[in-house]
Amino acid sequence: MRDLGELRDPELLRRLAARLKGMAAPSAALMEVCGTHTVAIARHGIREALPKGVRLISGPGCPVCVTPQEEIDFFIALGGVEGVRLATFGDMVRVPGTEKSLEQARAEGAEVLVVYSPMDAVAAAEREPEKEVVFFGIGFETTAPAVALAILEAKGRGLRNFSVLCAHKLIPPAMMALLDSEVRIDGFICPGHVSVIIGGDAYRPVAERGKPCVVTGFEPADVLGAVRMLLEQIAEGRSEVEVEYSRAVRPEGNRKAQELMGEVFEVADAGWRGLGEIPASGYELREEFGGFDAARKFAVEAPEAVEPPGCRCGDVLRGVIEPRECPLFGEACTPRKPVGACMVSSEGACQAWYRYRGQEMDQ
Amino acid sequence: MSEERVLLAHGDGGELMGELIERIFVSRLGTGEPPGDDSARIGLWQEASSCRTGARLVFTTDAFVVDPIFFPGGDIGKLAVCGTVNDLAAAGARPVALSASFILEEGLLISDLERIVDSMGAAAEEAGVRVICGDTKVVPRGSADRVYITTSGVGEVPEGVEVSGSGARAGDVVLVSGPMGDHGLAVLSRREGLEFESEIVSDCAPLAGMVEGLLEAATGVRVLRDPTRGGLATALNEIARQSQVAIEIEESAVPVRESVAAACEMLGLDPLYAANEGKMIVVVAEEGAEVALETLRAHPLGAEAAAVGRVDEAREGRVLLKTALGTLRILDRHVGGEMPRIC
Repeated sequence: MRDLGELRDPELLRRLAARLKGMAAPSAALMEVCGTHTVAIARHGIREALPKGVRLISGPGCPVCVTPQEEIDFFIALGGVEGVRLATFGDMVRVPGTEKSLEQARAEGAEVLVVYSPMDAVAAAEREPEKEVVFFGIGFETTAPAVALAILEAKGRGLRNFSVLCAHKLIPPAMMALLDSEVRIDGFICPGHVSVIIGGDAYRPVAERGKPCVVTGFEPADVLGAVRMLLEQIAEGRSEVEVEYSRAVRPEGNRKAQELMGEVFEVADAGWRGLGEIPASGYELREEFGGFDAARKFAVEAPEAVEPPGCRCGDVLRGVIEPRECPLFGEACTPRKPVGACMVSSEGACQAWYRYRGQEMDQ
Repeated sequence: MSEERVLLAHGDGGELMGELIERIFVSRLGTGEPPGDDSARIGLWQEASSCRTGARLVFTTDAFVVDPIFFPGGDIGKLAVCGTVNDLAAAGARPVALSASFILEEGLLISDLERIVDSMGAAAEEAGVRVICGDTKVVPRGSADRVYITTSGVGEVPEGVEVSGSGARAGDVVLVSGPMGDHGLAVLSRREGLEFESEIVSDCAPLAGMVEGLLEAATGVRVLRDPTRGGLATALNEIARQSQVAIEIEESAVPVRESVAAACEMLGLDPLYAANEGKMIVVVAEEGAEVALETLRAHPLGAEAAAVGRVDEAREGRVLLKTALGTLRILDRHVGGEMPRIC
């Protein structure tokens, strides 16, 4: 376990913050594409410690938030199938579907199991062979290897009552898609956990389009360091991939995890909330694992997906607006009564903003 | 639109639960007194002349459904006694008597039940109180999960003691009696089968003795609150609202064990929202703060007590946290589903 005490030493942090604030910084919009960064930035009050003119914007980094309504509705509909037990990460439970959330479906009688790991879902399938356990495979390159491993494990144990609704998304293609959008982005704070798997080199195509990329960790010292490195690149006219988080990330990433994903998944076009369909930006199960694919295994009718009226989660996820610019923010939409996914998820930009900055803090 | 039902999130000690209590219970069973403190004061001295002058009774009740029933540092029995004793202590009261009711699932091991009740006895003895009445029901297998316990307690508030959630005033100092989050992370780690280098042990302990000593030694103690479900953040928000003040906390001053901080990182949780079962928040007038802190530290259950913040006037009802960077942010109350991160 790394020494959190050292990284959180208030003296060190104040020095880092003072050094950053003293920089002759260019005006810049830096985007983070990782929900854990979104929370860290809000929780540690990092925005307030930046030089004037430097803006941090949240991108599509929250796994629950980027999952499109269609996939959520389909998963909720699966819960109505006799004998099906749904298994999901906890953050998905309260996301409003078109008609209801998993939380409401559970109170109405659907079986919903909250798990910390896809292996818990495999274990549940083994324990109760009369149930069909369906796991909601959401998230990025961080969760996908664990899901691949769970599928291989289920296959190895000969389980026929375990399947996955595969909705995994890939971060670099989404970053590329954002470069063609209307949003001004001068550099990317690249995710820590995702990069442990895919490696720093995965962002080269983004850097080659003229956008500096710095991979960083989640401690305030990490994020401050990444901002400084990005500002230096911008000031010097460079656009490279740099790794601040070198204690965990290698240029080539984790080959073993990559092979694992390659064995079970193939890259496919994927739908994103807010960004729409992006070519080659997600995973689907390979043909030989079709028996574990909930989308092929079950035919259910989901309601026609309708985004909640007035909700601007899509614009928030693209970084077009800040959470407080959404007319529902803090009024009709709060963590207690969320309208959109970005307010539900603990990693959502709206919830982070609401929880740590409220409505008035910086106005 | 489907019919409204009770959700798991209605039980997490956060905002949804507060709304449920207001809407369903207080509106139908309320006395007209604003609730907010965990114990109700009974004005017995007016009704029963035999009661000692000046002393007042308080009455509280709590239900326990913890899973797993045995965890590092305690079990559901110890928890059931400590929870109620600490609610009484938070009212400034000495515990006088407890009741305990058990709902047992068919098939529960008698040896487990014995272990649980033994540890209730030990905790009660430590708190200097007896369980004087109780009830037992057994339900068919599957109708409950092994054992649920409800305890109620009566306590006596000594003359001159005036503590209440609405007592905080600008300028007061906020103390905590030790590191935050031990219980929540001990239970969660055991439930999820997580292992850390050093085992996280629940802080579950009866605080009546520590509080009694505090109230005798220190002047100006205005608020006592045990930060259980929802943790320090939620408890401070309740105090800020009840007292109509702002509270500002210094992040780096809040004690958190290294093992708890590491477990929180791994699970995507915040120790400031994690449950404690053997800690007390003390809001005390500035002139009494030093003595209060020394008194807490002199007690074995308060050895790691710390001053963590101040009560302020601006931004009424808000709790603010000064981060390690020196920036200010909101410390909101717990909102449904403090769930582990998935990214």
